[in-house]
Amino acid sequence: MLDEIKPPEEQGLSIDGSRRDFLKKSAVAGAGVAAIKLGGAVPLVASEPAVEGGIPVEKLTVRLSINGKEHTLPVDTRTSLLDALREQLEMTGSKKGCDHGQCGACTVIIDGRRQLSCLTLAAMCDDRKVTTIEGLAEGDKLHPMQAAFIERDGMQCGYCTPGQICSAVAMLEEARNGEASFVTENLNAVARGQKLTKAEIQERMSGNICRCGAYPNIVAAIEDVQAGGAK
Amino acid sequence: MRPFAFKRAAAPADAAKLVAANKDARFIAGGTNLIDLMKEGIDRPNELVDISRLSLSVVRSLAGGGVSVGALTRNTDTANHPLVKKDFPMLSQAILSGASPQIRNMATNGGNLMQRTRCAYFYDLGTPCNKRQPGSGCGAKDGLSRYSAIFGWSESCVAVHPSDMCVALAALDAVVNVQSPDGRERKIKFTDFHRLPLNSPEKDNALNHGELITSIDIPKNNFAANSYYLKIRDRSSYAFALVSVAAGLEIDKGVIKQARIALGGVAHKPWRASEAERFLVGKKAEPGVFQQAAELTLRGAKPLSENGYKVKLAQRAIARALRRAANV
Repeated sequence: MLDEIKPPEEQGLSIDGSRRDFLKKSAVAGAGVAAIKLGGAVPLVASEPAVEGGIPVEKLTVRLSINGKEHTLPVDTRTSLLDALREQLEMTGSKKGCDHGQCGACTVIIDGRRQLSCLTLAAMCDDRKVTTIEGLAEGDKLHPMQAAFIERDGMQCGYCTPGQICSAVAMLEEARNGEASFVTENLNAVARGQKLTKAEIQERMSGNICRCGAYPNIVAAIEDVQAGGAK
Repeated sequence: MRPFAFKRAAAPADAAKLVAANKDARFIAGGTNLIDLMKEGIDRPNELVDISRLSLSVVRSLAGGGVSVGALTRNTDTANHPLVKKDFPMLSQAILSGASPQIRNMATNGGNLMQRTRCAYFYDLGTPCNKRQPGSGCGAKDGLSRYSAIFGWSESCVAVHPSDMCVALAALDAVVNVQSPDGRERKIKFTDFHRLPLNSPEKDNALNHGELITSIDIPKNNFAANSYYLKIRDRSSYAFALVSVAAGLEIDKGVIKQARIALGGVAHKPWRASEAERFLVGKKAEPGVFQQAAELTLRGAKPLSENGYKVKLAQRAIARALRRAANV
């Protein structure tokens, strides 16, 4: 019987454990199954093959600063920042939606700017300062944008939400710094501390797709924060 | 993804040498297009040379007017730079119309010039594409051609160049500064930088392997007060252009002294409407004249089975962009 169809308690997983714990443990169990199906000949994590398709697989050590904490991490040159976060550092807040830079679910803030972690090589992030959704709250105190998303119900399934929130936080900072958008009427009249209209917010958030269509509530949450924070 | 070696270049000349020494090596900076192409298996380099930390992100005034923007200046920073916004607002508008904020925060100016077509056949490994695999044929020409070219295409390729920024740079007569692997530097006129597909659509531009873009110069002009970038797309944000128009006019007492028009979404490169530009000189800046210029431009269009709509769309877009530029 495959592990994945046994009830959790028979797999040695506590039924009191959180859903997240369960999913993480199941993923590990699932990986074991995959290795067995391949005859156990393909190690999935440990002792990488030295050569793949005639090309040596190269490993690098990168220093990543994630949410103020330093991590020294061995990575394959091919590893995206998103995979390093999710698979190696077990920070699964940043989501893998399309993995091709089209959906924005993987948005993180690198050196103060929102960027796509799925199109960023971990190898290129040496000494960069990365903020993920896990780094926005201060202890138990939610970031105002997180609180506003809850208050305004700015989500349905929630999968795009970490990306939406990271994007929105950095977006308001861009606006405060006087950055323009395509719908800005007069490029040369943009001032620091500008207040964004609904149309401006929509345009500036267009890189974050919400499959459930929670857009009106997302925009409302952002307007709340711009106006002085969620209640 | 195919494994690759990762190297960090110490200087532009060093980067050019590293890439020139290996035909399967590529420069990487923003990575927004290259990483995607590598994930898809469309580009399969065995070595990446990281140029993202080189000092090529300066934006400065040129002697005698004009502005130079660094190859590694991020698209966002270029669009928001005071020198660019003030003297070349059309360039800021074009950049801000492209991609998403996250991508503009990552993408560099040099990379914007180097991005590959988004033709669906180029992206689909199961279909023929001469750009991806020379000699395999063109799936788009007699296939799904709604997004394809109406100017300058060949039997071997009907793909269009995806950039907005490049359409403005073509209209602005920019010049691309290039570091060659042999240590020399050369300048390429922007209108000569991208090429038509002819019989070798795998080659997008005039660069030789290993040549590195270092900066882009935009010469002084008098279009700032009367310029506009119009982009028509399937949705109002975060989509490639069906047709776009960069228009710049120099108007003196209602009479056009100079005109620049470039189109995006219609050809393998930004398409300059030179005949219309010449036609406009000496004419009054008024809607009827703009309409004639637009009709003149589309006279040579050769639509495919599914993109005939682009002829009318481009015509109207040119006339509208010129009206917006002239404020009439």
